[in-house]
Amino acid sequence: MSRLAIPKTYKLFIGGKFPRSESGRTTEVLSPSGKFVANVAKASRKDARDAVVAARAAWAGWSGASAYNRGQVLYRVAEMLEGRLDQFVAEIVETTGASTADARREVAAAIDCLVWHAGWTDKFAQVHGGANPVAGPFFNLSVPESTGVIALVAPSVEQSSLLGLVSSVAPALTTGNVVVVLASEHAPCAAMTFAEVLATSDIPGGVVNILSGSVAEVAPWLASHADVNAIDLTGATGEIAVECERSAAQTLMRVVRPGTFGPTESAFSRIAAFVETKTVWHTKSLA
Amino acid sequence: MSFRDYAPAPESTAILNLRPHYGLYIDGQWTEGGGGSITSISPATEKSIAEISMADSSDIDRAVLAARKSYDTVWSRMSGAERGKYLYRIARLIQERAREFAVAETLDNGKPIRETRDIDIPLVAAWFFHYAGWADKLDYAGLGPNPSALGVAGQIIPWNFPLLMLAWKVAPALAAGNTVVLKPAETTPLTALMFADICQQAGLPAGVVNIVPGHGGVAGTALVEHAGVNKIAFTGSTAVGRNIARTLAGTETRVTLELGGKGANIVFDDAAVDEAVEGIIAGIFFNQGHVCCAGSRLLVQENIQDEVVEKLTRRLATLRLGDPLDKNTDIGAVNSKAQLARITAIAETGEAEGATRWTLDCEIPSKGFWFRPTIFTNVTTSNTVARDEIFGPVLSVLSFRTPDEAIIKANNTPYGLSAGIWTQNASRMLRVADSLRAGVVWANTFNQFDPTSPFGGYKESGYGREGGRHGLAAYLANGGAR
Repeated sequence: MSRLAIPKTYKLFIGGKFPRSESGRTTEVLSPSGKFVANVAKASRKDARDAVVAARAAWAGWSGASAYNRGQVLYRVAEMLEGRLDQFVAEIVETTGASTADARREVAAAIDCLVWHAGWTDKFAQVHGGANPVAGPFFNLSVPESTGVIALVAPSVEQSSLLGLVSSVAPALTTGNVVVVLASEHAPCAAMTFAEVLATSDIPGGVVNILSGSVAEVAPWLASHADVNAIDLTGATGEIAVECERSAAQTLMRVVRPGTFGPTESAFSRIAAFVETKTVWHTKSLA
Repeated sequence: MSFRDYAPAPESTAILNLRPHYGLYIDGQWTEGGGGSITSISPATEKSIAEISMADSSDIDRAVLAARKSYDTVWSRMSGAERGKYLYRIARLIQERAREFAVAETLDNGKPIRETRDIDIPLVAAWFFHYAGWADKLDYAGLGPNPSALGVAGQIIPWNFPLLMLAWKVAPALAAGNTVVLKPAETTPLTALMFADICQQAGLPAGVVNIVPGHGGVAGTALVEHAGVNKIAFTGSTAVGRNIARTLAGTETRVTLELGGKGANIVFDDAAVDEAVEGIIAGIFFNQGHVCCAGSRLLVQENIQDEVVEKLTRRLATLRLGDPLDKNTDIGAVNSKAQLARITAIAETGEAEGATRWTLDCEIPSKGFWFRPTIFTNVTTSNTVARDEIFGPVLSVLSFRTPDEAIIKANNTPYGLSAGIWTQNASRMLRVADSLRAGVVWANTFNQFDPTSPFGGYKESGYGREGGRHGLAAYLANGGAR
């Protein structure tokens, strides 16, 4: 006699918890062959606001953690993802129609992306900052600090459902930012399952918040939110991206325009996009 | 005559060789603008200096085309080493004519000759000299492989440090291989136009630097909206910065913004108080307070508040306000009638909201635009004088009890450009410096600038850095966020 499987309820990931959308809405996700997969929570703007509040609350702890600690936690995320590699491969194959080989390559790349960034946490400031030889009796040092709460629009399915998300999140986390990320609208399942990896990997609650839902509906609210410091529009397109950038001008939020980085690109400059350089001067004297 | 009186020691204006009329400098030629003309006046005397032609949108178009042509045919094909040599020439020419520029800047801007002579113009030369050396070393700047120029940079600068802001914009842009169209502020175009002469003396190829005075709403807008511009660099108000960011949404034009500030100058009870008093004065009364990174909010630990304010007012009484060309002058004229009206209005609001106003008892000249140094005490964090950028010689004093309270109050502003910390305790200084959301932190000093030192804001003070290796990133591809 065959056993009846227990399907998962796909919920949001906010403040380290898995709530349903406060709106009660869901979106039906079908496989490419039209088979029912899940009813995924459809985040509202209230959910987005809750996520920003959770992120802001987590920011002091994450940005204040030692770079060594952040590196180990990011490495731990890679460990947890590695342990569930087969589950992600199966999920990506089912929800996107990718071949098993392609899905395996994608998950492996996501794991490697996390390891690459884990190694940057305690090196980035050394490479990006430095001592400035000013013409006077001063000690002068420039250091990069986290920008704060980052809203990310993860690239959509054609560009990879898991790797696009990880490639957006990892660079922001490296330097101590906290994020609210809109998962790929068309293939959110792997992104929401990635939240389970985060929840078991020592990432403090609120550091990463993942919302599934409509980018057109939620992204503009994040772009106009006064407590969001930057927005990455890598996964946004057309008029929505322009509207978000226009809204972001009101608070002079930092903006990464679509196309600035490839959807699965890992790059030093992508980490540098979400830092603020602080320069500290101190007098030197013989007294 | 009291012991504080000095005999007048005016710097001579004989060194100037001003023309009665200045046009636009486009494609290496002087040309007339279609936007009418204005008379540039000295804010200290209201006497006219010169008539300045104003650019309209067709002039901006001409300037951008000239910059594009010189980029395509000359500047982008030149080696970095050769570009650098032009910048070195410019640095040397500025040094040779430093006094002339200092006098012109003081005349046009109203700031004391002591500042233009000892700070503004030497820094201008230093900025060009610093970036000259970068031109052939871009591969070593750590900004990614194969660093390449963006193309034509549109640059809009303010009136508070006219030639210095030109240097902050033009030097890194040219070093990185861009050509520029620069719009100086309406009230202070003089030294930018004199800089056109420097470009000619340096033999800089035509069109690499174009100087187009004009009104912000006409020439500035046309430059920002011009499809042929690859990069906008703006220094000025946060309100205009927002408009620029909004206008450029959905375009490929890169943008960096250096905007307003409301810097906190934090004095702990273990500070060297006499030094702190000097630093507070340098923080808010330098350049009549027309400084985006001014320490306009004094946060003083409660137990030394009375002592600090008393010493501050006593020291202020020894400052000399008056003729900016006088070598003994500490505080010059407010740059314009409009700015004077704005400062006056905010100060009145401060009084109306219940803060206690102290104003320096000093004579002010009968002509020109002047504002007596002013200090507000009994200020709360919600008062207008504690929140709005005044851009004038007005200090708001707030107190705190603990370092945590100081940090919270210092960060309680939408701005994030500068901050100061006064303490003899090094570990406290470093801990507080870490916690301040500001791009530049001065510890036991204030308002120091250097071409090797990155400068720029957090939050609504804008984005991007000027100065040093970081300042190059604003003018090179592979940049990251806009």
